Amino acid sequence: MLRSWTLAALLAAGPAAAQTVTVEAGPDAQERLQTALIEAKPGSIIWIGAGRFELTDGLSLDVDRVTVRGAGPDQTVLSFKGQLGAGEGLLVTSDDVVLRGFAVEDSKGDGIKSKGADRIVYKDIRVEWTGGPKQTNGAYGVYPVSSTTILIDGVEVKGASDAGIYVGQSEQIVVRNSRVSGNVAGIEIENSRHADVFGNLATGNTGGILVFDMPSLPKMGGGEVRVFENRVIDNNQANFAPKGNIVATVPPGTGVLIMANDNVHVMRNELSGNATANVMITAYRQSYDDPKFKPVPTRIMVAGNKHGRAGYAPGFPGGDQVAAALGGMIPPVLWDGSGDPATLRVRDGVPVLSMGLQQGAPIETAKPAPVELNGAEAPIPATVVLPAAMEAAAK
Amino acid sequence: MKALAAAVLLFCAALAGRPGDVNDAAITGEALPARLSDYGFFTDLAGEIPAARVTPYDLETQLFSDYAAKHRYLYVPAGQKARYDAEAALDLPVGSAIIKTFGYPQRGRFKPLETRLLLRRASGWVALPYVWNAEGSEALLKRAGTRIPVTFTDPSGAPRSISYAVPNQNQCKDCHALSGAIMPIGMKARYLHHDGQLEKLVAAGMLDRSPGDAPRVARWNDARAPIEARARAYLEINCAHCHNPAGAASNSGLFLELSRADPVALGIGKRPVAAGRGSGGRDFAIAPGDPDASILIYRMESTDPGVAMPELGRATVHAEGVALLREWIASMPKSNDAR
Repeated sequence: MLRSWTLAALLAAGPAAAQTVTVEAGPDAQERLQTALIEAKPGSIIWIGAGRFELTDGLSLDVDRVTVRGAGPDQTVLSFKGQLGAGEGLLVTSDDVVLRGFAVEDSKGDGIKSKGADRIVYKDIRVEWTGGPKQTNGAYGVYPVSSTTILIDGVEVKGASDAGIYVGQSEQIVVRNSRVSGNVAGIEIENSRHADVFGNLATGNTGGILVFDMPSLPKMGGGEVRVFENRVIDNNQANFAPKGNIVATVPPGTGVLIMANDNVHVMRNELSGNATANVMITAYRQSYDDPKFKPVPTRIMVAGNKHGRAGYAPGFPGGDQVAAALGGMIPPVLWDGSGDPATLRVRDGVPVLSMGLQQGAPIETAKPAPVELNGAEAPIPATVVLPAAMEAAAK
Repeated sequence: MKALAAAVLLFCAALAGRPGDVNDAAITGEALPARLSDYGFFTDLAGEIPAARVTPYDLETQLFSDYAAKHRYLYVPAGQKARYDAEAALDLPVGSAIIKTFGYPQRGRFKPLETRLLLRRASGWVALPYVWNAEGSEALLKRAGTRIPVTFTDPSGAPRSISYAVPNQNQCKDCHALSGAIMPIGMKARYLHHDGQLEKLVAAGMLDRSPGDAPRVARWNDARAPIEARARAYLEINCAHCHNPAGAASNSGLFLELSRADPVALGIGKRPVAAGRGSGGRDFAIAPGDPDASILIYRMESTDPGVAMPELGRATVHAEGVALLREWIASMPKSNDAR
């Protein structure tokens, strides 16, 4: 007993300086990797070697200022095919964490979740369900939630049964240079404020880029979002989200969808091949019981986007009839008709179709008609500026 | 030789205090002792004979952990007392420890698998998992957790074979963290207030007081208690450690503490937010009057890690717990919709 105590005392007195730990692929990967994550000190770098890591349980990190870095998103693969427990592949609950250069495959629940993890950087990360789009895939690929200051840069997500990149109930968000395909929602910014979503490619999802606000959540009142210079192409994947989830209601063929938010600017994007609409603006249309929730969109600005073909096979109930009545195609910008048009503005040089729906009314009561949205121009939200250390970590 | 051994033993005992005393320094120090025996919680570890001021206790309604039996002990250092609280966990002084051993009866004897410690240090609570050796003579610190194959007989008499999960240190925190700080869960007056337990702690000099009007929860399987009280106690102890505004599931908006009154926060007519395939194609956490349409039941009845709730420590379905919540939901008047 005496000897172990002396040793423990010596270890405890050792330098608390930054340390680098390397974990290589091989047997007992679960225990070795999880031990490294637990024993990390603030400032530690955990290098994960190239190869496949076959994991049986979710991994987690709860130490501030740790960098977890692999040999590249195609070189270092954390495979959760044999996962027996935990709701995600990797869970981060500490601040100032950098995740870089590795892949998470086939997790049973979400891919990588970070909760209450401020100033997190996701760089060159791949999350994929390798069996293609399936209802049995996990919900979210990259899932930062309840956090302040988030950078998602150069990330790729394929196959999420909800959203590939999902940012929820957070503030100060940048999602850039990322690729999302084969997900129900490509990128989703939900119940969040101050987000810049730019330079991304969303293709082959049910919906490309979604900006949502939902009731009965601790953080509501989403808004101050810029969606700009993205390519949102051919998002016509059949919706494979399990019923009950809000994204299960997204019609296939949706490019950018704004639901119940305030001051969202959709600018200079390349939008084409989305069979329902390139841009959709709607209220939250489900029943809810939350007096604090604002279900209608306000101050939605759509300007300077380049529109390719869209609206040729509208994926909502009765869409084919509406298209037929309008000569086979509906306009590329669709508004459900709820909310005050004086706060909505579309300046893309393309027609807009209103569904003429009252807030809360079923889609069967739609009275589709062309509309001009010439509402007052709202100030463009300020650029989200990240701390220099986060930008440096993503260099 | 014998004399030397006795001398060494005496020396060690002197370090730890009197023979048979708990090693307070192991609890309050900065190190992470490698062996459960290092703490001296038991004068005979294998025989489970507790040291002085290490007091067994149980909970009126407890967290389901794959039908594991749990042996719980509370230690409060000499000269100190826990402070009673009617709502929150008892306020335990620095140097206290909560000791919980998980195991299964094997051939008529309790076989320990793991012991989880909550140590109250000056810097806050620390949670550590210790895994027992096959002989049942010692348990070693396993910060990364592990899996142990176990076969046992469930209450219906059916044999079950599972991969029992010992949580890693972070997973301890997943359940025990409130706003990021580790807190005990079951150590609350309303779970302890039965069979004179609070009074016994006062008599032992470990608790400052035990008011006659201390609250108490219903025992989840007490058929004489109202179904509502039993279901709410079950939900609190099994779910509310995450499902509260300061817990790991705060972003869900589903809050299951016993004191919660808002029906939507309790899941009634509440749509999922991040359930993914955990929704099971159902619209509401609780569809009143309709257990089969309730996500809560779907997730309790699943053992798939992407679906199952709680997310940790459950490789089997708690059939009796599901039956209770089914009965509770079925007893609610049906509504047409949330609004």
